[in-house]
Amino acid sequence: MGITTIAFILLSLMAIGSAIMMISSKSPVHSVLWLIVVFFAISGHYILLNAQFLAIVNIIVYAGAIMVLFLFVVMLMNLNAETEPIKNYRLRLIGILSGGSLLLVLIAAMMKIDVAQPVLMSTGDSGLIKVLGHALFTNYVLPFEISSVLFLSAMIGAVIIGKKE
Amino acid sequence: MMLAIDLAMVIEKLVLIVVVVSASLVIAMYTTFAERKVAAILQDRRGPNRAGPFGLLQPLADGLKLFFKEEIIPNFSSKFLFILGPALAMLTAVMTSAVIPWGDKISFFGRDVSLQIADINIGVLYVFGVVSLGVYGIMIGSWASNNKFSLMGGLRAASQIISYELAMGISLIALLMVTGTLSLKEMVVQQQQGGWGGFLGWNILKQPLGFLIFLICAFAECNRTPFDLPEAENELIGGYHTEYSSMKLGFYLFAEYINMFISSVIMATLFFGGYDMPFVDEAGLSPNIAALIGVAALMGKVIFFIFLFMWVRWTIPRFRYDQLMHLGWRILIPLALFNMLVTGAVILYFNK
Repeated sequence: MGITTIAFILLSLMAIGSAIMMISSKSPVHSVLWLIVVFFAISGHYILLNAQFLAIVNIIVYAGAIMVLFLFVVMLMNLNAETEPIKNYRLRLIGILSGGSLLLVLIAAMMKIDVAQPVLMSTGDSGLIKVLGHALFTNYVLPFEISSVLFLSAMIGAVIIGKKE
Repeated sequence: MMLAIDLAMVIEKLVLIVVVVSASLVIAMYTTFAERKVAAILQDRRGPNRAGPFGLLQPLADGLKLFFKEEIIPNFSSKFLFILGPALAMLTAVMTSAVIPWGDKISFFGRDVSLQIADINIGVLYVFGVVSLGVYGIMIGSWASNNKFSLMGGLRAASQIISYELAMGISLIALLMVTGTLSLKEMVVQQQQGGWGGFLGWNILKQPLGFLIFLICAFAECNRTPFDLPEAENELIGGYHTEYSSMKLGFYLFAEYINMFISSVIMATLFFGGYDMPFVDEAGLSPNIAALIGVAALMGKVIFFIFLFMWVRWTIPRFRYDQLMHLGWRILIPLALFNMLVTGAVILYFNK
């Protein structure tokens, strides 16, 4: 068992454990914080795959920007565990059913995949920034530009909604 | 052996980490002392001069005072997060030091030791990622205090940091376009090769506007005057650390000084040649002496920047909150975008 396998197992345990904690913790602020831990574990997986750029961008964008905004909203709304108990049992039953069927589909899909090597460990350089940038601006330049236009229009839309009197 | 680890390398890196972190802590400690002395000089006073010769033991006395104060954790706060807040503030402040090249190689018992903990090829992005995590220490601490005024202070601080992060990132992109690398080590090596004793290679000459934007944003990220609204002592009741006492308060304040030191190092590395000593040919000297000169040069530049931080603090009044937001969103970001466009155009024009 090499050091990468140990790191992989630890990171996976961390990711799954904190994901469960995120769902099960009563306070929304705690949920957000556990989700941040999940992002860190996933970034660790990216580093194991030698995708350094993806790892750090995951932290900058998700942990550093989006989750901060989530925290902002949750903290300002002051949601507490006591104020929102779920009383509707029918809703709960439907939730369990739909979540369970999604799990079933995922497991069925996973069973089909032939997993020869679960993680490609620190070989290959497709995740390094030079290779990635080259691929984005040559082979995938059209989708890349189109998605940037999408972001721009979303930004303008947000500004217009914000400015409405 | 089950785990194939190079034991010598682990020991080397551990020693380096311990040395770098403790050096940052000691320097930050004496920065608090220097701040009081500089303030005293600027205001025509003497400053602390009782503890030890010239008051040199003053930081130790301050630390002892904070340690021996009563530790109060508010009853209705969530205890774990209340402790996590200052811990995260310290952690994110120190973490950046891992990618900074403190000097060139030194050889030690026939072993080449690079004076950099990790030379990763996403160095600048790593710095940026750690900076963007710096918000959490403040936000978690302010929320865990379970106090409206703390929460308001925390939100003010967080929105300030987020606003200035954007301009900082864009000014860095312009710099990356010039250097063509993200590794901090390679940036320093590039800057060493310039005319006129190495001066002409420094990035400040290629990116003066970018440096100015980065400097302003660094002041804002460190919560220093004129951007110290999060903790404006004489206007607010204390900002996000209202409920904190004893060493947990000390850690928040101390993290600010570590941030100041680290951002000075980053500015020196990115724009002022890092450990490059101008007018000295490093190749002609023995590697150990060259490395020592490099570390000394870096520290000299850092001391200048730390002095600049203090000089500004004790001469310029702080902004109003709307002025702060106006400067961040309406002036710095368009300016940084303009800088980026001009840099791109110039590079395209000369590379044709």
